[in-house]
Amino acid sequence: MSLRALLEIRLLPAILVAAIVIILPLFFPSAYYYRIGALVFIFALAVVGLNLLMGFAGQVSLGHAGFLGIGAYSVAIGPVHFGAPSWLCLFVGAILSGAVAFAVGRPILKLKGHYLAVATLGFGLLVAIVLTNEAGWTGGPDGMNVPALTLFGWRVHGSDAWYWIAGATFVGGFLLALNLMESPTGRALQAIHDSEIAARVLGIDVARKKLTIFIISAMYASVAGSFLALFNGLITPDVAGFLGSIELVAMVVLGGMGSIFGSLVGAAVLVVLPQVLTIFHEYEQALLGLIVMVFMIFLRQGIVPSVTVALAGWRK
Amino acid sequence: MRTLQRVTVTAAIGLAVLLSAGHQASAQTKIGAVLSVTGPASFLGDPEKKTLEIYVDEINAKGGVNGQKLQLIVYDDAGNANNARTFATRLVEEDKIDAMVGGSTTGSTLAMIPVFEDAKIPFISLAGAIQIIEPVHKWVFKTPHTDKMACEKIFADLKHRNLTTIAMISGTDAFGKSMRDQCVAVAPQAGIKIATEESYGPRDSDMTPQLTKIHNTAGVQAVVNPGFGQGPAIVTRNYRQLGIKLPFYQSHGVASKQFIELAGPAAEGVRLPAAALLIADKLPNKDPQKPVVVNYTRTYQQKSGQAVSTFGGHAYDGLMILVQAMQRAKSADKSKVRDEIEKTKGYIGTGGIVNMSPTDHMGLDLSAFHMLEIKGGDWTLVPGT
Amino acid sequence: MAELLQFVFSGLTVGAIYALVALGFTLIYNASDIINFAQGEFVMLGGMTTVFMALAGVPLPLAALIAIIVTTGVGLALHRFAIEPARGASPVALIMITIGASVFLRGVAQVVFDKRFHSLPPLFGADSIQFGGAAILPQSLVVLAGATVIVILLWLFVERTLLGKAVIATAANRLAARLIGVDTRRIVDFSFAVSAAIGAIAGILITPITLTSYDVGTLLALKGFAAAMLGGIGSPLGAVVGGLLIGMIEALSAGYLSSSYKDAVAFLIILVVLVAMPQGLFGRVKVERV
Repeated sequence: MSLRALLEIRLLPAILVAAIVIILPLFFPSAYYYRIGALVFIFALAVVGLNLLMGFAGQVSLGHAGFLGIGAYSVAIGPVHFGAPSWLCLFVGAILSGAVAFAVGRPILKLKGHYLAVATLGFGLLVAIVLTNEAGWTGGPDGMNVPALTLFGWRVHGSDAWYWIAGATFVGGFLLALNLMESPTGRALQAIHDSEIAARVLGIDVARKKLTIFIISAMYASVAGSFLALFNGLITPDVAGFLGSIELVAMVVLGGMGSIFGSLVGAAVLVVLPQVLTIFHEYEQALLGLIVMVFMIFLRQGIVPSVTVALAGWRK
Repeated sequence: MRTLQRVTVTAAIGLAVLLSAGHQASAQTKIGAVLSVTGPASFLGDPEKKTLEIYVDEINAKGGVNGQKLQLIVYDDAGNANNARTFATRLVEEDKIDAMVGGSTTGSTLAMIPVFEDAKIPFISLAGAIQIIEPVHKWVFKTPHTDKMACEKIFADLKHRNLTTIAMISGTDAFGKSMRDQCVAVAPQAGIKIATEESYGPRDSDMTPQLTKIHNTAGVQAVVNPGFGQGPAIVTRNYRQLGIKLPFYQSHGVASKQFIELAGPAAEGVRLPAAALLIADKLPNKDPQKPVVVNYTRTYQQKSGQAVSTFGGHAYDGLMILVQAMQRAKSADKSKVRDEIEKTKGYIGTGGIVNMSPTDHMGLDLSAFHMLEIKGGDWTLVPGT
Repeated sequence: MAELLQFVFSGLTVGAIYALVALGFTLIYNASDIINFAQGEFVMLGGMTTVFMALAGVPLPLAALIAIIVTTGVGLALHRFAIEPARGASPVALIMITIGASVFLRGVAQVVFDKRFHSLPPLFGADSIQFGGAAILPQSLVVLAGATVIVILLWLFVERTLLGKAVIATAANRLAARLIGVDTRRIVDFSFAVSAAIGAIAGILITPITLTSYDVGTLLALKGFAAAMLGGIGSPLGAVVGGLLIGMIEALSAGYLSSSYKDAVAFLIILVVLVAMPQGLFGRVKVERV
């Protein structure tokens, strides 16, 4: 097979990501790095879902952390209050998130632009408020303990274990997203993004497609939230808060809207950067803001698309 | 060639991760601190950080501990439990600390406990909730009074004044909620009836609806406000705005003289349980805490330019208990230091006199709290408390 | 009855605060279609700068003036150094820049100022006005008056001055505006400067009620943004009505339903209103040409 044909195999990006997941630990001097890696993959999973919604379908969501929260608390409330096994609660959480996305999405996806942003913002805040107030179920603002995940009798424990689980799941989610984008649904979404009216004229059921992708992105976030909760052994309501949603959006935009690989990059930057910036102590926040601004001004399409375009131009 | 670009980019990020590691090999005793310096709990974390920095410098200027200088490594979790846990892992795996003083909030403390228990590193928490030390974790201690004690102190004072039916208005933040829960739990055996309850968001600007409902509830004889930060100041102002004359109790979350400035004339007559630190110069001369709190007050105000806060005081106590344990153990060996912390007896701190034991990893009793009343724009000690 | 009146007073107090913040969003949006998430930081800068100037011994009126000037400068700088260079970027990228700016300003504020809470003396004293068995702070009326004055001034500006028309022209079609000789860059400069000034004035007026600290901006921007959208983004009257409405809903929910869910009720109602009226209460219906 020629080199070109090899590179055009759809699976190649996924294989590359899998290679990254496998090779990276060779550079890890300690469990701290495994933890960072695991967190990057967990957030990257949520970001892939949000990217499908924002980058491909063009629907902005400022409340996506709400779904993260639903997934996270499912694996907390399920085992603690109902005695259900964690892996089952993870699936239930994803389905619950999907259901909530369906219920909420149908009315609000009719809104456009900033109005949709406010509606999703309201949704995210509502989830955070319920999680904070219903202390009987959720433990309130101090959060609640999350019993560890047991898979086939083995108690999943430790940053390295979670690194592999999160990495593998991310590769799976990555593949799924790639497939989705190449499928008729994906093409329909891109048509909707370009022009909703034209898409409708072509016979695409716009409302249904938008709702579908909203549900899918909610489920991605839910699984990521469940992983986060199981990894940390503890979950607090601020995981569903406004700042969490903004962080997710920032990861999408920084990495590159519409670039699934960009999801990984965006997540990596925003998880790693605060760790790197700690050496600046009290200037950490100011520098973080400055870096985000600079990135957006100069790499305004996101890191991956901008770098790609730049390198392609340079090669000519 | 898009894939090549992707690899390059990721590799660059991977390098950044590696380069961020600051491996420091040195003969210093390393103390880690994960504090909520920014974010919703910065009211707690900021004075804690300042205190730790001021006193680590002072100790080092006097030669350090056991002949070694102390190195303080502070990370800001911004009030987020996930970040706290990441930084705890970093302190253990990368910075290789010998002990930890930190955890401004209960949420971040609880998130970090497994990390320090696994790594067998002594951890002195600066958070309030009772779950931190009940059940006792081998490696975890704490310096602040529990909210349960604050409730008990308030209820004792209420009984003393023959007030048995109260209303509570609490912040929905972790501090307010935790104390509210403890008060509800403790009320029956203290003989106090809670007639009605309201809550407010920690950043709300007007609590008059909640206070109006309380004012209109029959039989309420006094009002208690668990909360911290700016909320209590606004509640107190609203209290006066509505002309409510019932006895009003604040919580120890108020923590600093700034509350009196912010609440203004509304603060007159407000009572609250507080550590001796707030009334440093008004303590009787024979009070064993007086030299400690006067000294801390002077040093903190001089070096930071701000009024003392009991939260900073807890950090001071945490650091001193640790340092004294290290001195008694004559080493920074984690296990020996942990044992010595547990043996702390008669440590006189800003929060009270600490006597720890294998079943009590906090060491304070109710005498560590004094009941204060605000009179003439200043704290006064309610006699006999 | 007195109880209801007290709830209404509380709603007006909080609502006026949201209204003032929401107003800051409208001018920038009108001139450039950008939602400026750093608007909350303008409010914070107004209050905090005044407090610190006053602490340094500057008389209060002068401190307030300096604060407004400084904040206006920051607003201009935000446009010139952050937004202008990114002209042509997608709306989401521009929003992300303003979010980055908000984090940056907060980060700078915590170093330049401090992390404690501060207050300013109210304009007409701390004693409340008793009316019909309920009490309202004079400062609340000041905030309401301030919002009203700003709305009227904005309306007059847009309707009666050439500059105001130029702003509308820039918003409608930037290229066309430039073709007829409007210096669009100056117009957007101007809108950022004025919005920053409005934010600073809001900060100075509300601090006697809400207290101020380096991070008051976040929650205020959130509520202000929601209020502006509820009222219909781009309409100053809508911003004020939206703000007052949210304030009222919060107060009445706290009074009659549950104080822990008052914010939730407000957001739920915003959602319901937006679903029923997708442009907000006073928003212009966007006609999409195909």
